[in-house]
Amino acid sequence: MISPLAIEVQGLVKTFGDNRAVDGVDLRVPTGSIYGVLGPNGAGKSTVINVLATLMKPDGGSAKVFGHDVVEESQIVRQLIGVTGQAATVDEGLSATENLVIFGRLLGLSMSGAKKKAAELLEEFGLTEAAKRPLSKFSGGMRRRLDLAASLIAQPPLIFLDEPTTGLDPRTRIQMWETIRRLVAKGSTILLTTQYLDEADQLADRIAVIDHGKVIAEGTGAELKASIGTATLQLQLTKAQDTDTAMQVAHTVLGVKVNNPSEGHITAPMTDPDFVTDLLVALRAEKIHLSQVSVQEPTLDEVFLTLTGKPSLAEKGATE
Amino acid sequence: MTDTQIIPGVERRLKNHTSFRQTLSHSLTMAYRGLVKVRRTPEQFFDVVLQPILFTPMFTYIFGGAIAGGVKAYLPIIIPGILVQTIITATVVTGVQLREDMEKGVFNRFRSLPIARIAPLAGALLADTVRYVIAATITFGMGYLLGYRPGAGIEGVLMGGLLVIIFAWCLSWIFAFFGMIVRTASSVQGISLLILFPLTFLSNAFVPVKTLPHWLQGFVNGNPISHLISAIRQLTSNGVIGHDFWLSLIGAAVIVAIFAPLTVRAYMRKA
Ligand SMILES: Nc1ncnc2c1ncn2[C@@H]1O[C@H](COP(=O)(O)OP(=O)(O)OP(=O)(O)O)[C@@H](O)[C@H]1O
Ligand SMILES: [Mg+2]
Repeated sequence: MISPLAIEVQGLVKTFGDNRAVDGVDLRVPTGSIYGVLGPNGAGKSTVINVLATLMKPDGGSAKVFGHDVVEESQIVRQLIGVTGQAATVDEGLSATENLVIFGRLLGLSMSGAKKKAAELLEEFGLTEAAKRPLSKFSGGMRRRLDLAASLIAQPPLIFLDEPTTGLDPRTRIQMWETIRRLVAKGSTILLTTQYLDEADQLADRIAVIDHGKVIAEGTGAELKASIGTATLQLQLTKAQDTDTAMQVAHTVLGVKVNNPSEGHITAPMTDPDFVTDLLVALRAEKIHLSQVSVQEPTLDEVFLTLTGKPSLAEKGATE
Repeated sequence: MTDTQIIPGVERRLKNHTSFRQTLSHSLTMAYRGLVKVRRTPEQFFDVVLQPILFTPMFTYIFGGAIAGGVKAYLPIIIPGILVQTIITATVVTGVQLREDMEKGVFNRFRSLPIARIAPLAGALLADTVRYVIAATITFGMGYLLGYRPGAGIEGVLMGGLLVIIFAWCLSWIFAFFGMIVRTASSVQGISLLILFPLTFLSNAFVPVKTLPHWLQGFVNGNPISHLISAIRQLTSNGVIGHDFWLSLIGAAVIVAIFAPLTVRAYMRKA
């Protein structure tokens, strides 16, 4: 059976004055999947989410959530979604429990039902101890988790997460990933935005890369990476005079073109990580010593360079 | 995490409109939120608590002898004056807080929830009546401590309190409207006080109109605040519902009739 689409976006346009923040975006998100929207600062990721979450009206095109138009049937769409925006959308003046209870009441739970649900969610997100503290005393990560908890009160079948891990430490980031996977296991569909290629790769079933309000590539993580090249193996030799031998050995073992960007430093595209072991063994046999071994993943900037032939917006802004 | 599976989106039967009962319940929840917030930041109540506590004895002792020949005789005049002044100034806060609230992130969550669009506005206006009740209670209480024994007894006081609260609630729509149309929350405060200051002082709140220069008497007599104060004086002193009472109520109704639709329209454009 073909699963129905959770999100169907066609030719979506949103302008702010002369700025075409979203410029003809198409998205098709199957139910039950994690869909990643990847792009640099100002690409239009949040604007796409804002339109889908009924927070902004589109200027062109159409967007449907489980078949319901986000403009015509906005109140139905709101019953189907949970939104965790990029900026905090919880009440600073209240405690975590008070926030969740009020949202629960607004979503139609009874007072006792809302309290129960709040306690349940706080427990699940490890916030029970901080439940009564005012949010001004919360860390960024705690606020982020509370925000996500608030989006889950109604058990929505579609959840929007706008950069859910930006600003989180590595451990909290992994926890957030686990939470996201659990949500999908329960039957939710998730649309998340991120600036990190590895995050999109780890989590998302499909990824749309957007820049300047346009989708410039779409596919699974593997497809995208294949289109943008592979990771690079980097070796630093202890003795520079070994360079020629080392390059020859690398070429024989890996079967690819090996480069020598600087004295005693050789690099090669890494098609299959298994070959790295073979290479290291072969170098040892030749008595060639290494001072450093590393693997460089393709960066988001390289993705943009490859996909658009120009540096990403963020980088351009930084150098201007 | 609870293990219950989520009901698929396409299998849900949903309505695209909010019923009246839901709207009411959402508004009450928003009002509840306003009150819970106050518990966290009690300084929000400083104006309605401190102003009557400070002003009542201050004005009574400063003006009492000069204007009425004694504190006891002045109290029935000044208490309704202070009451109206305090509560009317408190109405400004509605606009300021509403605007501040709308600029905060949590408002985006309200906008993404399936709730009545009007609920945050209705809730804010509802929660504010609590402020007016507090102000009224403290003003009458202070008066009592100073020896104020209104002629019409407790019924008169309750009627007077009710009238000023209704009037204030109607007036708060004006400032809620300013809250919607101006650029920042602090400018709401500025504009509102600019309007309210002359209105409350150029009234019969503290001095008898007779003592004013002739050209000012016209303004003071026409000032709706003067009518409100007179109405409350009559209610508290001899329990009379006079034409000032009706004029105040009509004035309040006119304000709501004009500003409620304007505010709701401006609000809905933003919400
Ligand atoms: N409310 C707004 N008013 C005017 N312009 C806006 C507004 N929101 C976004 N923009 C503009 O639209 C463009 C896209 O912004 P958007 O926030 O969607 O980017 P983003 O991909 O989410 O970026 P980031 O990674 O920084 O969050 C930007 O040029 C931004 O300046
Ligand atoms: Mg963004």
